[in-house]
This record gives sequence, structure tokens and C-alpha cells, in this order.
Amino acid sequence: MKDGLRQSMAWVHTWSGLLVCWLLLLVFMGGTAAYYKHEITFWMKPELHKAADAPSRVTPAESAALAVRELQQCAPKANAWFLDLPHERNPLIYASWTNPPKKGTTREERRAAFRTQNFTLDPMTGEHTAAPRDTRGGEFLYRLHFDLYYMSAIWGRWIVGIAAMFMLVAIVSGVITHKRIFKDFFTFRPKKGQRSWLDAHNATAVLALPFHLMITYTGLVTLMFMYMPSPTKALYGAEQNAMFADVFPNAERVKPAKQFAPLADIAPMLLQAERAWGQAPTRVVVSNPNDANARIELHRPSGQQLSNIEPTMTFDGASGALLSQAKPMSTTLDARGAIYGLHVAHFADSLLRALFFVCGLAGTAMVATGALLWGVKERQKYAKVVAQGGKVGFGVRLVDALNIGAIAGLPIAFAVYFWANRLLPVEIAQRTNLEANCFFIAWGLAALLAQIRPTRAMWRFQLTLGALLLAGIPVLNALTTDTHLGVSLFGGPALRAVAGFDIVVLLLGLLLGYAAWWLGRPKKPAAANKPVPADVSTNKLEAA
Amino acid sequence: MTTITWRYRGGVAARTIAAIGGGYMLTSIASALIAIALPLPRADAVTIATLLSFVVYTCVILWVFATTSALRAWIGVVAVSAVLGGVLWIAGRMA
Repeated sequence: MKDGLRQSMAWVHTWSGLLVCWLLLLVFMGGTAAYYKHEITFWMKPELHKAADAPSRVTPAESAALAVRELQQCAPKANAWFLDLPHERNPLIYASWTNPPKKGTTREERRAAFRTQNFTLDPMTGEHTAAPRDTRGGEFLYRLHFDLYYMSAIWGRWIVGIAAMFMLVAIVSGVITHKRIFKDFFTFRPKKGQRSWLDAHNATAVLALPFHLMITYTGLVTLMFMYMPSPTKALYGAEQNAMFADVFPNAERVKPAKQFAPLADIAPMLLQAERAWGQAPTRVVVSNPNDANARIELHRPSGQQLSNIEPTMTFDGASGALLSQAKPMSTTLDARGAIYGLHVAHFADSLLRALFFVCGLAGTAMVATGALLWGVKERQKYAKVVAQGGKVGFGVRLVDALNIGAIAGLPIAFAVYFWANRLLPVEIAQRTNLEANCFFIAWGLAALLAQIRPTRAMWRFQLTLGALLLAGIPVLNALTTDTHLGVSLFGGPALRAVAGFDIVVLLLGLLLGYAAWWLGRPKKPAAANKPVPADVSTNKLEAA
Repeated sequence: MTTITWRYRGGVAARTIAAIGGGYMLTSIASALIAIALPLPRADAVTIATLLSFVVYTCVILWVFATTSALRAWIGVVAVSAVLGGVLWIAGRMA
């Protein structure tokens, strides 16, 4: 570390990257998938596919009226109603409600009850859709990428936050150490072992560098008040809630008056909001319905702005009068919202979303190639030892095994999660937990097998398995639902999400298959006498 | 293979602790100070200071590993923390 800036930065880059790369792979893959969490959830609830098939021509006002009529039937005394009205990425009406908390119930019990307090309506017919299977769908992958699993969310967030900080350090030190950042981007020397890996790492890193830097920094910003509480302490002391109230403007909560008042018609409110925003609200929250103190909050979809904070309008639920529009925020708070918004990309239309997805894949590839590069470099130090029949060091073996378990094993886990969604009996108890357990059992087995035999054959085995599982998903979907590619490709706009899912997993499966084939292809004689070949293929970076 | 001396290992360990622990301490103090110093409503000041903290932390970590010796790294982190902490303390008394 005394050899100058570039060398010390190279050291920092290597170690800060290596220590957290396997966790980062999980975070990157989960986060990348989360860009399409609605589509994934929709795919994982095939019961809804049919209802969503027809293009919806129902207005938001009509949808809201349908939902309110149903809610008046089944939950007139609820604490609050939540309505999600149909829009571009959601073809159906989703409604849920919370009941006044009963005394003596635990938080867990209330949460379990809340999971049952919902229904889905077909906006075309106004009928309930078939009850969808119990699954967390894309939400599981989204939560996984910052809450982890099998631990409290707080622990998960700290662990992921620390890993993100390592990542930020790795990215900046990587840029500093890289003196020919532009030139190297156009350099690719295939089939040259370590050089190819270095070039691949550079290409995937530099290609999407603004994205990597942005996504890591904005990721930290999403939970920044938790990670760095000292400025809050300095200005707010112990009143952290006062800071949250200032920074995250929320409509004030009102207590029910305990006096009946019929709920005003929502349709004129929706119209008023649509006129003001030029866009129909997609989310409606009714607190204290049928009470003199009822409040109706309309949320503007975040599609037209960077910020993740949705503008809202609040109406008096009894009189129907407009009470308030969300306070205009200061530039700083707007900027924070925009930084946060960049991370979650709710603003992105389908093309930009696809670009974010591809950048997420590039990030995954950057982490994967970086991890592989370490192994390849270290291995060369052992070249002589291995040539004389010796063994590589413990560190190299460990990293190789972890690489197999993460780079080849994680796609298996993702695929198994989707397979479990289709194959677990619909009526089985604890279904959502079982789906998640399947993910981790598959990943655990892959990681364990990799530790036992971290060999080239294991790479091929796991890559092939992942390829078959992923590419098999469209077939599985065809066998277990009515919405196979032949139907979904030619169906309504909502079904395109199902088709898109099938096609993307098929492509990812093909990439993994190509990587597996590349590893197993017959060696050219010229390459045979090279000392210790790179253990893995360049192409795997795409597959990861 | 080149042998790695215990002296080198000790240096790496010392720098790592200075970077992660010392760096977090320094960043906490510095960002609290930024929050206080900014002539803005407190919600804005807190937000800007917190947004900047990750940039500060990254720079401190990189400096700790870039400087010539682990000792210098420690002296730097502790000295800057002490000075900024002192200013923060005085600012707290005056407020």
C-alpha cells in the first residue's frame, strides 16, 4: 500500500469488492428483477390472467365506484380502504382494508388478518376474479434485495447497507485505479484467460458506470436517515419523528368522529384530480369510511416525475370538499425524492425500464466477472505448484466455490422459486413461506455442492441445471396454465406481461446454456499446454 | 509467492479499522456539523447533510488507504474528528 495511489486504490478495489461480492450478486439480481415486480407478481397469479385479458375501457371513476360498492358490502366499518385502480401496468382493481385493531391481538396476527382482507375485481364485469393463489410474487424478490430473509428487516437493511458502502468504495477506487477508462472500454481480448476477464469486467463496469454509481448511491439514500443518523440528531435531538414529519409530508391522520355520515361520491374528486394533474389518480385511500371524519386521499401515479413522493389531494369524505393538496416541497426535499425515485424508477416508461433492467444485468455481470477475476489472478500464483501436482490455496478454493454457488447457484434459486409457484398445491398452508423456502433450499444446496466440489464440472452442472430450469419455465407455464406463449403473445395488453416474463426467462436460460456449452466445448490443441486455464467462460458474465 | 509480513498485516488491519470505524465517526461528526452550519430550514439542512455523508465517508475511507502509513491514517482521522468534534461541541453550547 505504499506504492502510490493507483496501487493502493487497486488494493482497496479488490478487497472491498471481493468481501461482499456474493451478497451483492443477490442484491443486484433481486433488485434487477424488482424493476418488474408487478409483472412478476401478475405472472405468479395465473388465476388473474383470464380476467385481465380484455383491454380495459372502464374509467377510473367507474372502477372506483365498483370497488366502493363492494367495500360497503364487506367492510363498511373498516379503519381504512385502499384501492388500486387499473392503469397501464395493472389491469385489475385491487382493494384491501384494515380493521380497527382488536385488543389483545399481536402485530403478527393483525398482519395475518390483513393478508385476508382484500379482493380483486375485474373492471369489465365488476365481478370478483378467481381467488389468486397465495404468493408474494415479485414483492419477495424486491424485499429480498434490501431486507434479506430469515432475519429481522433491520438487520437485513444494515447488512445490505454495509455491503452497498463497500460497493461504493469499490466503484470509486476502481475508477481511480483505472487510468485508461475510456480506451479500455473498447478493448476486448477474448480467449486470453485473465486478460479476457479483466476486459469483460471493465466493459460491463464502464458501460453502465453511471448506472452502477447511481444505483449504489441512491440505494444508500433510500435508507439514509437510518444509516447516518447524526445530522438528524444534531438538529432534531431525540425527536426523530418530527424530522420524518418534515421530510416525508403525509396527510394528517384524523380520528373517527364515531358519527355516521354517508360517504360522498368519489367520481367528482377523481375528475377534479385528473383535471389538475392531467393524469388520473391510480390509488385511493379512504380513512374512516362512513364516518363524519372520513378522508379521501387521491395519489397521482409517479409516472411523470422523478421523485418517488406521489402528489396527493385530500378530500373530506362526508362533504366531498377538497381539503388540501400536498404541500409543495422545498427544492432540497424534492431533490431527495428524485434521488430516491431514481433508484426505484417508478417514473420509467417501458423502454427506460427495460434499459434499467439491462443495466441491472450489467451490474450483476460486473460483480460476477470481478469475483471471477480474483480467482483467476490468484490461481496464477499457484501455477507452478499445480503443475507439480500440488493444490491451490484455501482462499482460492473457497472463492471458487462461493463463485459457483452465487453465480451459477443463484439463477437456480430464482428459477426454483418460479417453479415452486406453479407446482406447490394451491390450497397448501403457509404457501408464501414455502415458496421462499424453496428459493433458499435450492440456493443452499447449490452452494453446498459447490463447496464440496468446486470444479469445472460443477460449473457446468449448475449452469446447465439453471439453464434447463429457466428455459423450462415457459413450458411449465404452458402445462400448468391456459396462458402459454401462444395465447399471451396475442392477448390483451395485460397478458403481454406474462409473455414478456416467459421470453425473458427463456433468454436468460439460453444464455446460461451457452455458458455451460462454452465451458464444455472441446479444447483446441494450442490451448492445451497453457498453464491453468481460466476456469470459466467470458460468456457467463452475460448469463449471470 | 511473495511472503506477507506480520507488519504488513498489522498495517492493513489498522487501516481497515481506521477506515470503517474511524471513518464512520469522522463522517458522523462532519455531517452533523454541516447540518448545523447550513443556513436552511432544518428539514433541508438535515437532508443535504445526510445526502453528503456517504460522499464524505467514501472519501475518508479512500484517503485512509491512500496515505503513506497506517499511523498517518490514524492520526489524520483522529485529529480531524477531534477538531470537528470540538467545533460541534462549541456550536452545541452556543445554540
